[in-house]
Amino acid sequence: MRKVLFFALATFIFQSCSDTSDKKLPILGEREPVEKTIDGKQVIDTIYQTVPPFSYLNQDSIAVTDKDFDNKIYVTDFFFTSCNTICPIMHRNMLNVYNKFKDNPKVKFLSHSIDIKYDLPSRLKTYATKLGIEGNQWEFVHGSRDSIFGIAAKSYLVSAFEDSTDPQGLVHQGWFILVDTKKQLRGAYDGTKEDQVKQLMNDMEQLLKEEFGDAK
Amino acid sequence: MRNKLIYFILLAIGFTSIIQSCQNETSINFKRYYVNGKGIYEKNCQNCHGSDGKGLGTLYPPLTDSTYLKLNKNSLACIIRNGQTGTVKINNISYEGIMPGNETLADIDIAQVVVYITNSFGNKQGFYDSETAKKDLEKCN
Repeated sequence: MRKVLFFALATFIFQSCSDTSDKKLPILGEREPVEKTIDGKQVIDTIYQTVPPFSYLNQDSIAVTDKDFDNKIYVTDFFFTSCNTICPIMHRNMLNVYNKFKDNPKVKFLSHSIDIKYDLPSRLKTYATKLGIEGNQWEFVHGSRDSIFGIAAKSYLVSAFEDSTDPQGLVHQGWFILVDTKKQLRGAYDGTKEDQVKQLMNDMEQLLKEEFGDAK
Repeated sequence: MRNKLIYFILLAIGFTSIIQSCQNETSINFKRYYVNGKGIYEKNCQNCHGSDGKGLGTLYPPLTDSTYLKLNKNSLACIIRNGQTGTVKINNISYEGIMPGNETLADIDIAQVVVYITNSFGNKQGFYDSETAKKDLEKCN
C-alpha cells in the first residue's frame, strides 16, 4: 500500500514538473538550414521565417512600421470594417484578448484592413472608437493592395483576396497570428472559435515568459 | 369496488391530459417558434449582435433594450427583412451604421426570430405569430 502511494506521489510530482517549465511554443512557417562557422567549427543553424519590414497608416493617419513592434509580441489579423460575416466574431474575441493584456507595454495588436478602397484611416478611426479602442496598443492599418495581400499570404500565411463572386467582394480567413519579438510566427488560432482564442491567451502568457522572463 | 376505483383513476388521468393539451397548444407553438427562431438568429443575426444579444461596442446595437423592443414591436419584422440605416438610440446610446436586410427570410421565419429575440436576453414579451408578422410586413415603408 505504501509503495503504491509513493509511486502515485512520484508520478504526480514528475508530471507537474514537466507540465510547467520549459515548454516552448513552436516556430511556424518556412525554415532553412545554414552552415555557420563558430569558433572554427562548422555548425548547422536554422533560419526561420520572419515578418519583413512594413509600413502602413494607422487609424490616426500615423505611419506604423515594423519598428513599432520591436521588443514586443503581437497578435495580428485581417478584416474590413463593413464585413458582417466573421469579422464581428473575430473582433468580439480579439477585444477579450485586448482587454486581458491592456496597457501591457510588451503586447500589441495589429489589424490589417483588406478593404483598400474604403477603409481609409478616418474610417478605421471610427471603427476603433466604436469598438472602444483608444491609444495605439491596437493598430488598425491601411496599406496598398499589394502590401496588404502580399504580407497576408507570404508572411502571416493567411489567405485573403478580392473575389467578385462573394456578396461583399472580399474573402479572408479568420486567423489570429501570434508573432514574437524576433518577428517569428509562434501560433495561429481560429479567431471565430472561443476555445482557440482562450488557447491564444494562454500561449501569449507563455511567450511573454519565454521572451521576458517572469517579470511582466 | 376495486374496478370502480381503477375506472375512476383512468377517467381522471384522461381528463387532465385533455385539459393540459388544450392549455399547451399556444405554449407548444411558442416553443416551436422560439427554437426555430434561435436557429435563424444564429445563422443571420448572431455574428453582429452576439450570442448574448449584447452587440459589440457601439458598432452593433444590443438587443437587450426591452423598452425599445416593446415600443417597436410592430416594426421589428420590417427591420429584420429590410435592414436599417441611420441613427438608432438603444439604452440611451446612439448607434450609427447600416444593418443589412434579410430579404430571403419568409414571414414565418421573421415571426420566429422576433419571438426568439423578444423572449431572450432578458426580454419577455410573449408570442408573435406569422399572421401578425405578415400584417406588419405589408406596412413596411
